[in-house]
This record gives sequence, structure tokens and C-alpha cells, in this order.
Amino acid sequence: MSEAPGGLVMRAAVIRAVRAFFEGAGYLEVDTPLRLPSLAPEPHIVPQASGAWFLQTSPELCMKRLLARGYPKIFQLCHCFRQAERGRKHLPEFTMLEWYRAASDCHDLMAETERLLGVVAGALGSGGELVYRGQRIALAPPWERLTVAEAFIRHAPVSVEEALARGDFDEVLVQHIEPRLGVGQPTFLYEYPAALGSLARLKPGDPGVAERFELYLAGVELANGFSELTDPAEQRRRFVADQEAIRSQGRDPGPLPEKFLDELTAMPEAAGMALGIDRLVMLFADATAIDQVVAFTPEQL
Amino acid sequence: MYTTSDLRKGLKISLDGDPYIITDFEFSKPGKGQALYKCRLRNMITGNAFDRTFRSSDKFEKPDLSERTMQFLYAQGDEFHFMDTRSYEQIVIMKEQLGDATNFLIDNMEVDVLLFNDRPIGVTLPNFVNLTVIRADPWVKGDTSGSDTKPVTVETGYVVQVPPFIEEGEKLQIDTRTGQYVTRVKE
Repeated sequence: MSEAPGGLVMRAAVIRAVRAFFEGAGYLEVDTPLRLPSLAPEPHIVPQASGAWFLQTSPELCMKRLLARGYPKIFQLCHCFRQAERGRKHLPEFTMLEWYRAASDCHDLMAETERLLGVVAGALGSGGELVYRGQRIALAPPWERLTVAEAFIRHAPVSVEEALARGDFDEVLVQHIEPRLGVGQPTFLYEYPAALGSLARLKPGDPGVAERFELYLAGVELANGFSELTDPAEQRRRFVADQEAIRSQGRDPGPLPEKFLDELTAMPEAAGMALGIDRLVMLFADATAIDQVVAFTPEQL
Repeated sequence: MYTTSDLRKGLKISLDGDPYIITDFEFSKPGKGQALYKCRLRNMITGNAFDRTFRSSDKFEKPDLSERTMQFLYAQGDEFHFMDTRSYEQIVIMKEQLGDATNFLIDNMEVDVLLFNDRPIGVTLPNFVNLTVIRADPWVKGDTSGSDTKPVTVETGYVVQVPPFIEEGEKLQIDTRTGQYVTRVKE
């Protein structure tokens, strides 16, 4: 019994529109393996083992290897697996859209994301806006762009530096800032502290921040993107530090993705974006829970 | 011991030595950040509620809660005396801990007493109880003042809104969860 009978119909329409957008923009659809022998170590993502290998937590490394092999514009729709993530907006198996574009940076991808959602909204006949849980969100570009430092000044009782020093950046972000992002129009939160840069390059001329960004609509985090880090030495340093963080939690970080690190030397300057398809459908379907936009939740299996 | 993956609405945990029930729960995880578990907690003794956010590494003790079926014997001032129907052990629960339950307790009624570390902290009543009306204003036939109900007092001193035809001495079925009149009981 489905709570929202329209959820799967909306889902199919969103996916159709996403494919149409990327095909129209000259992207190649790719399909990389779900089972991998090594993953990018992430301190706050717990992968699901599959035999001696792992189910992917994201297709990022394989897609970057394709960039390095000379495919400059690629996109993929695939399932990703992350243990113990379950909530109103989380499933341990979810659907990701990732796309990568050579010779681009995070600002190019912000603009492309604006166009993507415009095309999806148009295909769904939603008239240039969406209404989520009573909030009307206009999709006409340009959307709000807010640096992390500005967001803390505007919405939080502490500065980003203080939150990082106290170790409660995530709590402050969730409690004070996220609910106020993407109100009235979508918000790109960008220029993350370098320590939270993940696989993003540092901003040229300002190494204190990384060119990482997140997209929010109605307080819902929809997508994460980077101007990609292409320096293999720096990437290895970050991976090793992340492995150490994982060990300190008592987990086994697994082997480093050495083949990715080898091929990173050949990767062009690029930007990439990961967008949660289930959440995109939730927003357009005005669904309060992710359960309403998937065929089955784990509990139903 | 519970971990954060056990957290959900309705779970009872021990925190700073008190039993709490989770009345609202939301999992969140900012991009690339750590998992956060936001709980609305209600203290099962004081009733106080507040929000608390936990991290994956947090652990929780199971509260030592048990339930025993007991018979209500009598009240003496603010002391309500109960007897365990199996062990015949007698205990006292103070009026303030019983809260609204005192509106529906009559002698010999069987209730489930909730104990925390063997200390009684509350009772669960039957969903429906039958109580005798001890005071009711007479129904004036043809009264068209417009009111569909009138207040009557039952044997516990509780005042409940009932249809105008209810009279003194009649027995009423009352829903203890809502405190509302359900029907008249013929004996």
C-alpha cells in the first residue's frame, strides 16, 4: 500500500526529464560497476560490504577515471549504498545522479543545475516553481548563492571558525542554518572550510576554503558538487588523513583506491555534481517522506 | 545498551539516571558530515520534555522498567494504596505521580503499575471504566437553552460533560484516555 500513489509516476517523469536534459546538453550516459574493491575513504559514510568488496557509496571514482580516459561530459543514474542511513530523507540504498564536466568549475555547475531543474520543472508542468510542504520556491535563475561563512553570520549564533573550533559545525548547520536555506528560491551554499573540502580543490588564491557547494531547497539538501581536486599528491594526503579518522572510530578503512590515484594524474580540470534523485522527486511530489517516492523501502522487503 | 541505530519514536532510554521516552525522532546528516539523531524526549517521571541531538558514538542505557498488575485498595489523603495481585505486596503511590488517573480510580480496580528501578512512577488504567454519577442537575423537559450537554460529578469527584438525560445514581462508561463520556451503562 503506497502513501502517495503518484510517487512512482512522478519519479519516472523526473528521471525521463533528467535524461533528456543531459542528452540535449551533449553528455554521455555511463554505467559503472556497483561492486568495487576499494572506495574513497569517508569518515562519515559506512560502506556495505559485498563479499570481499564493497557496494559503491557513490560512482565518483569510476566516473573520474572515465574523465581521465578522455570522456569530457558524462552523467550516470545509479544506486548507492550507505549503511545505517535511514530517516525521513534517507534510505540505505538510494538513487544518485552524478555528472562531471571537464574544463569547468563549481560556478559553471551551479548554472547548469539551475538549467537542469528548470527543464525538469518544465517537463512536469510545474510552471517555474515548486511548492514543498507549503513553501513556494521559485526556480527562475539566478538562485541565491551564499558562502558558508556568510550563512553562519546570517543564521547561526556562532561564526564558522568558532563552530569548527568547538567541533559542532554539523550540529549548528543542521539546527540553525539548513532550515533557512532554499526558502523562496533554491540556495547554493558554497566555499566550505578547507578541512571539510572532501574531494574539492582549494579556492585559487584563498586556500582557507574549498570549492565545494551544496544545493538546498526548502531546507532539504539536494546536491553536492566540487571543482574537482586533480592533484594526486594532495588527494593521497587527504585519503590517508580520512583513513586515520576512520581508524580512530574503530572501523577498518579498507585499501586506498590506488588505480584511481594513478589515473588522477591524467584527469583534466573538471567539476562534478551529485544529486539525490529520490529527494528531487520528494520535492516535486511534495512528499514528506522518501518512502513515498520509492517502490519499496528496506522495511517493506 | 542501545546505540543510535536503535533510536526511534516510542523507545525508552535512561539518561542522567531518569527514564525517558522518545516522542519524536529525526535522522539527519548534512552533506559529508556526521549522522545526527535529533530526539524529543519526555521524562517519564516529571513529564518534562526537551530536544536533544545525539551522535553516532553515543550509547544509551536501557531503563529498568517493569509493569505489575495491581489492585487499587484505597486513598488516604494524597497517598494511594495498591496491592500486587500476585505477591500481595502493598505499595503507595503519591497523588501527584498518578496525575489524571486519580479521576478514574475506584476501589478494587485493577491497573498496570509502571516501576522504574522498582519505584512506581505511573499507572496504566483500563481504557474504559464505569463510574456512578453522584451529582447531576435535573433535566428540565423542554429546556431549549441550546446546550447539548451538562456537567455531572462521578464518584471519584471527576466532573464530566454528558447528555442532558443523565441522572444521579446512573453508571457511565468513560474513556480514560480522553476523559470523555462514552455511554450510559444499564445494570
